[in-house]
Amino acid sequence: MKTNLTVNGQQVQIDVEPRVTLLDALRDELGLKGTHAGCEHGVCGACTVEIDGEAVRSCLILGVQCDGTEVTTIEGVAPAPGEMDIIQDSFCATHGLQCGYCTPGMILAAKTLLAKNRDPSDEEIREAISGNICRCTGYGQIVEAVRLAARRLRESNAAAVEAGQ
Amino acid sequence: MKAAPFNYLRPASVTEACEALADDAEARVLAGGQTLVPMLAMRLARPSLLVDITRLDELGAIEDSGEGIAIGAAVRQAVALRSDLIAREVPLLAAALPNVGHPPTRARGTVGGSVAHGDPSAEIALAATILDARIVFLADGEEEVMTPEDFFIGPTVTMAPMGGLLTRVIFPKRPSGRVGAGFREVASRRSDYAFASAGAQVVLDAEGKCIEALLGIGAVGDVPVAVDVSGLAGTGLGEKDIQDAVETALEDLECVEDLHATASYRRRAAARLAGQALEDARVAAMGEAA
Repeated sequence: MKTNLTVNGQQVQIDVEPRVTLLDALRDELGLKGTHAGCEHGVCGACTVEIDGEAVRSCLILGVQCDGTEVTTIEGVAPAPGEMDIIQDSFCATHGLQCGYCTPGMILAAKTLLAKNRDPSDEEIREAISGNICRCTGYGQIVEAVRLAARRLRESNAAAVEAGQ
Repeated sequence: MKAAPFNYLRPASVTEACEALADDAEARVLAGGQTLVPMLAMRLARPSLLVDITRLDELGAIEDSGEGIAIGAAVRQAVALRSDLIAREVPLLAAALPNVGHPPTRARGTVGGSVAHGDPSAEIALAATILDARIVFLADGEEEVMTPEDFFIGPTVTMAPMGGLLTRVIFPKRPSGRVGAGFREVASRRSDYAFASAGAQVVLDAEGKCIEALLGIGAVGDVPVAVDVSGLAGTGLGEKDIQDAVETALEDLECVEDLHATASYRRRAAARLAGQALEDARVAAMGEAA
């Protein structure tokens, strides 16, 4: 089935069977392997992407359901090749990743949170990543990473301009 | 973990959706898909056709229908959670919603889909049972309205009519007076499938005395159940009043045993959560102007 969607700002068309999840379409049709396949039944959160500004699990959405939507994957987070955005850099700064398997999902979940809430409490950060399982880094440093990213985003010029200040 | 092949239809109207469902006994409705898609992946469900109703505007509204708040079948849980109308008029549902899944699953999952699926641990189904909501199906061109008590008959087994489409769930509006709601659950991870859950709603008079109390327990048995705590009316909802009422109300509670929790654990957890939910409801009601 032909499906048109926008992925990381680019219009693309995929032609997939209805049973193909968005996760598999991204990885196998579009070659975007940064979205990780973990449990493939909605428990682990490794496959989290953004659709129309909301963090969602790409393994729980069929590719054909995404017609006309805007999808952002981890490949679309950085401003340019070889660079990192503030959230990614914050994960590095606080050692918020170790093996990196959960990291794309964590970053997309954090991205959605910080777009809506510039100054989240630790409780709100934990709620935002509550559906994402990490099995090696530990959640303490991940929460710290999101907290740092929030502070940097608040203090950066970009955030101030966006907020019209 | 790959689904077996199926066809996919995105109908342009409720009528077209109903026709597709009536034509094919193996067709299933796809709403949020947050439970159905994993079932497809594990091949626990093998439908021939999925009818995707999420883009039908006819099913996308949260409306004050006079007698209640009608939530269309395509309304996402995240939208319901942000709804001022639900927060104001159906405080128990508003209290239950933060416990439903995680932010990414709530962004897709629907209120109607949760009810239609009939999972005994579903928070929305429990709120619907406690408040005696109305579950509305469209089948053979006719509306069929069911009570939760009649609708939920076993774990993911419901009285949904063959080929029918759940169009909306109507929650009764809060009674007048000082109303408060509470919702508690215990799970292995925050917002995962609960082992036991409890929802409560109380109405207080100006002095803080209880006029009406509702309580329900989910996740412990085959279906969510409303239990009788009408004895709390007239009391001040003190610790002892609540404890006694919960003990009596849960005397005949049937609890199941599985690899996650024993029946006796579920019973004890249910009683504790029930007490906490009632206390939360009392505190919330006290916060309302007398």
